[in-house]
Amino acid sequence: MAVQAHRTRLPWPRTRRARRALTGYLFISPFILGFFLFFVGPALVAAWLTMFDWNMIRPPYFIGLGNFTKMFNDDLFYQSLKVTAYFSLVSVPVGLVLSFFLALLMNFKTRSIALFRTIYYLPSIVPAVANAVLWSFILNTEFGLLNALLDSIGLPKIAWLQEPEWAMPAIILMSLWALGATMVIYLAGLQGIPRSLYEAAEIDGAGRWASLINVTIPLMSPVIFFNLIIGIIGSFQIFTAGFLITGGGPQHATLFYVLYIYRNGLQYFDMGYASLLAWVLFFLIFALTLIVFKYVGRYVYYEDVGS
Amino acid sequence: MNAPTRATASQLLDNDRFWRIFVWTVLLAGACVMFLPFLWLLSSSLKTELAIFRYPPDWIPDPIQFSNYIDAWTTRPFALYVRNTLVILLLNEIAVLVSASFCAYGFARIDFPGRNVWFAILLATVMLPGIVTMIPQFVIFSRIGWVNTILPLTVPFFFGGGAFNIFLLRQFFRTLPSELADAAYIDGASEIIIYWRIMLPLAKPALATIAIFTFIGTWNDFMGPLLYLAKDPNKFTVALGLAMFRTAFAGRTRWDLLMAASTMMIVPVIFVFFVAQRYFIQGIAISGLKG
Repeated sequence: MAVQAHRTRLPWPRTRRARRALTGYLFISPFILGFFLFFVGPALVAAWLTMFDWNMIRPPYFIGLGNFTKMFNDDLFYQSLKVTAYFSLVSVPVGLVLSFFLALLMNFKTRSIALFRTIYYLPSIVPAVANAVLWSFILNTEFGLLNALLDSIGLPKIAWLQEPEWAMPAIILMSLWALGATMVIYLAGLQGIPRSLYEAAEIDGAGRWASLINVTIPLMSPVIFFNLIIGIIGSFQIFTAGFLITGGGPQHATLFYVLYIYRNGLQYFDMGYASLLAWVLFFLIFALTLIVFKYVGRYVYYEDVGS
Repeated sequence: MNAPTRATASQLLDNDRFWRIFVWTVLLAGACVMFLPFLWLLSSSLKTELAIFRYPPDWIPDPIQFSNYIDAWTTRPFALYVRNTLVILLLNEIAVLVSASFCAYGFARIDFPGRNVWFAILLATVMLPGIVTMIPQFVIFSRIGWVNTILPLTVPFFFGGGAFNIFLLRQFFRTLPSELADAAYIDGASEIIIYWRIMLPLAKPALATIAIFTFIGTWNDFMGPLLYLAKDPNKFTVALGLAMFRTAFAGRTRWDLLMAASTMMIVPVIFVFFVAQRYFIQGIAISGLKG
């Protein structure tokens, strides 16, 4: 109470502001603490570790830029980059286009929309491990569903998980099964477009195609952009499929970048090198996001909203 | 695209009956394709080991072997795995609901210097892949003796409960009218009281959304348990247990039991989805669009 009395004697606005600032920081303090403890701290530890050779048992041994040299001469590093880029470059655009197309169809007032939406969305919440187990059976050469379907229409069976050139298409196919998550985001966006805009376009003589190009796509561009960014970041983090289904093989054809980090860190216990790889991934994603913002972001149409 | 093609395309697209049938057919065909893996999973989970290796495969198992589920459940202690997962889940739910809503209230309802900077940092961490800190976090957690405990999988959630959840709740808090809080404020209530007594009860739908996302995230998480719990089979979560179950049978893959175990892992997620469907949709709407 004494403190309270003392406070009221100070000029009111200043105290109030200071008190609000204090309250504000009190409220967000868990986030700030967590940010330093679980993000900044570990990131700094990783930066420091990049200069050491350390297997967590012997004391860290300073090797300066040794890990960098190792990385630039590491064929598997390049391979894992190539594999991840391949996955990202195919699965992200194909997923974006397909799910946008599906959302457009679904947004058309047709029967059983709710049922369709559910069926398309469900695969995206299937746990990654269950998904991997299920798909390793679907992709089984002798008894799998996919080859049974190919066989039934007269196509030859494919050794999906044994042939280096087929393993990646198989995993991309599997990842596309989960495109419902992207689709529902599009769908929510489509439902937010005011009907009046389509009516205006119709009065101006625009057909469905013209409305799609001139109304839907510009208004949806922020959502498309959002999905593109999320899709790229997500695709760079693929791990479970490579870890459980193919083990990175055959012949490193599915050695995803994160899988390679995991191996260096938790199987070879080469913590310095794994930390370097993690930082490189961070910069790659950061750079990629910036590039996308700069070169794709300019095509995003932002509506002037009053409030 | 040249002019004549566009004209015919738009003519065709404007034909309402053609359009309706086209849309419905494509959606139906797509839905069949999407549903096929589920049917395959269910069908295989009810087959005998012999029927699994029959080619071409039958869609309807003959005989139908329900005992696969019991065998899968008892070959490895899945009941224990479920219990382990539920302990982590319970802690994470408490952590996320309290911590994220607390931070979100600060971001949404209190104006203070530096708020926008911290909000920008928050958004940046939503974008940043958690995988980047996987290795150094493992190093730190093993230094302080947290490996082989559930602490690395739960304690971080008490610090903000995930940037995405804060963001989602912040968006929700901003949609609430400020009159209620203003009235309470004039009555001398502190921000903590307003947060706890007025705002949290109003935020129930958004909290439900977050609780569901947290359930799915924890139930499905594989990387976390793999890093921190893989050494002790008594601490396995369901995800880890299922992953290890693949190699449980020396020399042969028991697809029948694996499919039964996978089904059992998927069913709770689908059940929660159906029970709480509207919260899912709401969460998607808030997160993606009302930014």
